[in-house]
Amino acid sequence: MATSTSASVNLGKRSIWDGGQEPLKASYGKLMMWFFLVSDTFTFSALLITYGMIRYSQPAFTGLPEAFKFSQNHWPIPEKVFDAIPFVDVHLPLVFVGIMTFILIVSSVTMVLAVEAGHRMDKADVEKYMLWTILGGFAFLGCQAWEWSHFIHGKADAAMMEGGVLDFMGANLVHNQYGPPAFADLFFFITGFHGTHVASGVVINILTFYNCTMGQYEKVGHYEMIEKVGLYWHFVDLVWVFVFTFFYLV
Amino acid sequence: MAAHAENLSPEESRKKNVNRVLVVTGILAGITSVEFLLAFTMPAGMARNAIFIILTIAKAFYIVADFMHLRHEIKTLALAILLPTAFIVWLLVALLAEGGSLYTPRVE
Repeated sequence: MATSTSASVNLGKRSIWDGGQEPLKASYGKLMMWFFLVSDTFTFSALLITYGMIRYSQPAFTGLPEAFKFSQNHWPIPEKVFDAIPFVDVHLPLVFVGIMTFILIVSSVTMVLAVEAGHRMDKADVEKYMLWTILGGFAFLGCQAWEWSHFIHGKADAAMMEGGVLDFMGANLVHNQYGPPAFADLFFFITGFHGTHVASGVVINILTFYNCTMGQYEKVGHYEMIEKVGLYWHFVDLVWVFVFTFFYLV
Repeated sequence: MAAHAENLSPEESRKKNVNRVLVVTGILAGITSVEFLLAFTMPAGMARNAIFIILTIAKAFYIVADFMHLRHEIKTLALAILLPTAFIVWLLVALLAEGGSLYTPRVE
């Protein structure tokens, strides 16, 4: 088929108004998944644009990055906040988040390969690639959990604080050592929403993997569920690409 | 994702599709590497941010078009998904302007 595989096995027998024609040449399930993804795009865009608005409404640090100190009076520079790696005592900005991005993009690639295997009705390959995708999802969630706990715990670094006094360590929804309260609030909300999507995506992937091993998709005759679930997983990856840019790079 | 011509064997079309996936992965990795390079070498500012955003949109394009197969769907479906993002662009411009308006009385 030149276009996407659709579950149009029995459609030919029905009349045009009785389900016998697929609008936009895509199955109901796939169209509904896209519909949901468009709505979720609005949700995440709203969150990220709000981040932009609130950040833009606060004073930014004007000075050389080397002279930067955490203060309630200006928005923090992300590279000074997110510069840790698990198990290693270093100040290397962007490395850990780069690892997380790599994990999520690779899991997206294995998802695409699972979909491609589904098109060939290759059950073994679908299972293999779905497993890798699930593993990648768990790895990402573990990394994000560590990032959160490190963020909440704080930096025991009085020299980085304006005034040199470390009177509050870490972050919660009301107060944080890095900058204005909105900074931590937005971090928790945006990465929290995204993490929840990753977690639910992992659950859905596990369910589809289980269905696949039980031969469900062989029975129905097509692996379109893998494709639909793949759309959701790619969306999650896409959102992460934007979160990564707006929180860590910009 | 089937081959565009029906005269490829299943093995050949599999190779072609997997190859396409790997090429796109390479492109995404390449764009991300450029972003990392700029993050460490280019001084922070509006120009750097603009480049980051353009590169991110490029990555988004590849993920949506190839990983999510939107390139292979019919045009109407692709447009039905892409045109509403114009509202997002409007929201972005409107709220950044709002942020600026909030900034002025806050700072003074």
